[in-house]
Amino acid sequence: MEDRYNAYLLRSDEPGGSMGPLAGRTVAVKDNISTAGLETTCGSRILKGYVPPYDAHVVTLLREAGAAINGKTNMDEFGMGSTTENSGFGPTLNPVDPTRVPGGSSGGSAAAVAAGLAELALGTDTGGSIRCPAAFCGIVGLKPTYGRVSRYGLVAYANSLETIGPMARTVGDVSALYRVISRHDPRDTTMQGRPYEHDPAPTVAGRRIGVPAEFFGEGVDSRVATRVEEAIETLSACGATIVPVSMPSMASALAAYYVTCTSEASSNLARYDGVRYGPGGETARPWHEAFTDVRGSHFGEEVRRRILLGTFALSAGYYGKYYGKAQTARANVAADFERLFGTIDLLAGPTMPTVAYRLGELADPLSMYLADILTVPANLAGVPAISVPCGEVDGLPVGLQLMGRMFDDEAVIDAAAAYEAEATA
Amino acid sequence: MSDGQVIIGLEVHCQLDTKTKLFCGCSTDYRDDGPNTHVCPVCLGLPGTMPAVNRRAVEFALKVAKAFHSEIPEECEFSRKNYFYPDLNKGYQITQYDRPLALGGYIEIEGEEDGEKRVRLTRIHMEEDPGRLVHKGGGDRARYSLVDYNRSGVPLIEIVTEPDLRSPKEARRLLAKLRATLEYLGVYDSEKEGSLRVDANISISGHDRVEVKNISSYKGVEKALTFEITRQRSLIRRGATVERETRHFVEARGTTTASRSKVEEHDYRYFPEPDLPPLRVASWVAEIALPELPDARRERFMQQYALSVNHARTLTGDLRLAEFYEAVAGQEPALAATWVADTLLGELNYRDRTIATVDPARFRALLGLVKSGTITDRSGVEVLRAVLDTPEEPAAIVKRLGLAVTGEDTVATAITEVLAEHPQAVADYRTGKGNALNYLAGQVMKKTRGRADPRDIGRRLAEALTE
Repeated sequence: MEDRYNAYLLRSDEPGGSMGPLAGRTVAVKDNISTAGLETTCGSRILKGYVPPYDAHVVTLLREAGAAINGKTNMDEFGMGSTTENSGFGPTLNPVDPTRVPGGSSGGSAAAVAAGLAELALGTDTGGSIRCPAAFCGIVGLKPTYGRVSRYGLVAYANSLETIGPMARTVGDVSALYRVISRHDPRDTTMQGRPYEHDPAPTVAGRRIGVPAEFFGEGVDSRVATRVEEAIETLSACGATIVPVSMPSMASALAAYYVTCTSEASSNLARYDGVRYGPGGETARPWHEAFTDVRGSHFGEEVRRRILLGTFALSAGYYGKYYGKAQTARANVAADFERLFGTIDLLAGPTMPTVAYRLGELADPLSMYLADILTVPANLAGVPAISVPCGEVDGLPVGLQLMGRMFDDEAVIDAAAAYEAEATA
Repeated sequence: MSDGQVIIGLEVHCQLDTKTKLFCGCSTDYRDDGPNTHVCPVCLGLPGTMPAVNRRAVEFALKVAKAFHSEIPEECEFSRKNYFYPDLNKGYQITQYDRPLALGGYIEIEGEEDGEKRVRLTRIHMEEDPGRLVHKGGGDRARYSLVDYNRSGVPLIEIVTEPDLRSPKEARRLLAKLRATLEYLGVYDSEKEGSLRVDANISISGHDRVEVKNISSYKGVEKALTFEITRQRSLIRRGATVERETRHFVEARGTTTASRSKVEEHDYRYFPEPDLPPLRVASWVAEIALPELPDARRERFMQQYALSVNHARTLTGDLRLAEFYEAVAGQEPALAATWVADTLLGELNYRDRTIATVDPARFRALLGLVKSGTITDRSGVEVLRAVLDTPEEPAAIVKRLGLAVTGEDTVATAITEVLAEHPQAVADYRTGKGNALNYLAGQVMKKTRGRADPRDIGRRLAEALTE
């Protein structure tokens, strides 16, 4: 099938196996996940031509499960963006409406699934990069609990926040893919040894679902809010108890997120100096000049902006004021979740404040950063969060976000399955 | 005070002698192999790779911390030190910053005055070694550089001392003690090239401090410090100021030179390594049993073998030397101590060789020949040199060189002849001139061409003269 949405950076036709839980099923893999023998660029021109000599752990698991990896999907460069317009290789279009963005940064993976080019996809989520495109393209996307899927082979953007996760048209498929990719890997020592082995049961009966007022605050499109409120009523009708709650730490969540992710990124992206892989520098020139040139001309604007922000935040004299403070704010977010999960089982709200933007609509960086407000809390705390389609506004999909306790991805998936069953009934 | 006190503190980096690297499974045994042959995606820093801590390396570092009486916090953490350099594959080095493996502690050395001196430690931390640059074309005129990542990821410990050292000699003693202790612990091999790197902070009290980097040998440390003290003192004498700066040691010339860029104040932007959870080491520490260390062995040598403190110190100052000594001490520990500590070490030093190159069995055979009186001490030295320079057995050497102590008859004949030939000296002896006996003995030695035992000659001459 033709890729009319620029979902893929590279297509391949691996046949897949005849055995295993994913035998013969097509899986699209986000281009920041290393694939031996398949170019892996992270949507960046600085990695053009880089072919990893090794498979990410999740890719090894996919192959063992019989999956047919059918290509590498487009993304915002190194995951830095919410629209997939920041790719070094052109934007991906939203299959629901090609004048719109698919969301990001896993926009290629979401578009591939939404367009029927792949049954399943792997995305990565640092501050909403699975859930946002899932919401905008009308599919299901799960950000697992931090430490439940090996990151070995995931090209790092912000290590302490990001995780690989499954994307598919249905909760059942998301669950099936999650089962495959959550096996233990000693090479990622942040893993907690808690593989996901659950068979989803579509039920929320008896669950207490908190609805934070902050998720319906300023900037949230009222029609989107209405769709999500209807979805929450559906969950209530399925037997869940709805509890209005508050998350005061949300006020500083976005700042904590951007200081943390840019700081880590400034360090993670230091290795792209043109010495070992990717487009090389001019070797006749002094090394400092050569690598400055490579970085200046091959990183995109948003990537350079975040490297500069992160470099500044970690600088002597500013560390305490920015990075240190961000970690305090981050701890407050985690404490807020922990407090809420003392009495309730799940949190619900919109995944994104709006529906998919028009291409070029989110031009200034600040409004793009603000669009992440509802998704970053889960990354700051490490808790699992899913986006499941819950209707449309003007023909564009809206996503319901459900968050759960650390390592209680099972409850999140069950609730999503319950909503899905009710909504499609 | 015109002649200010010398103040020295050291930062010592040692490669831990683990089989595999700090964060991956690559072998550390790369020295005889081609460039970039001991590498994998992790130690090449390829995108997407993650470090996993080698527990053995941590245990090695903990042994060192325990041996030097450091405080070991229950939890320590790795941090990233960010800077750009082509030998640094990730653009940062994984090291430890504000939560190191160990704090405090001390190393005891022989002080300039009598007795032992405690040099306090600031901290001990772990880090990964970067790769190595090879400049093609030589030095400043290099046309290009190549990078070898074989060394990348080899575990290092950095041991930082307080500014407690007062002379280059003390600095050398500290390093010797450090090396000995690490080798006793079995965590370090000083014979591997590049396994030691030292930065020294040095000042004359009341003046600014200078950091000398790039010292990579034991002898280099004393040289660099001696040069730097002379340089600083002469600046002060001339009324100039010692600038606070970083200088590099140029091993070949034995001098230090100012770093080209004075703007070497790096901002390393340290932050905790997000891919490595903090290390909880308390239970590991509890499992560590320390072997006998140099000080304990020195005491034991003095007790068990009745050695002088100097001999005991020398013989225990190097693990291989101590083991060599114990292998040859046998029934004659005093004789063995003299021969190993005084004679053998001198001969090795002259040849720039280490104790590891000496075969204990042949050395023991040599000691046997000396002890039984088959050869004289003087001939023994000659045999030792041949033992070091040829593969021959000592007995064969004695035979080849004809060094065996001559039989009784020859000595007796020589004595009779000498007494007959030197009546004046005999008369002098009988009137009590002590020198006469020495003179006569010399004549006997001459006749026996040095092969007789001088003590034996003295005794038998005296007997002959009193008859």
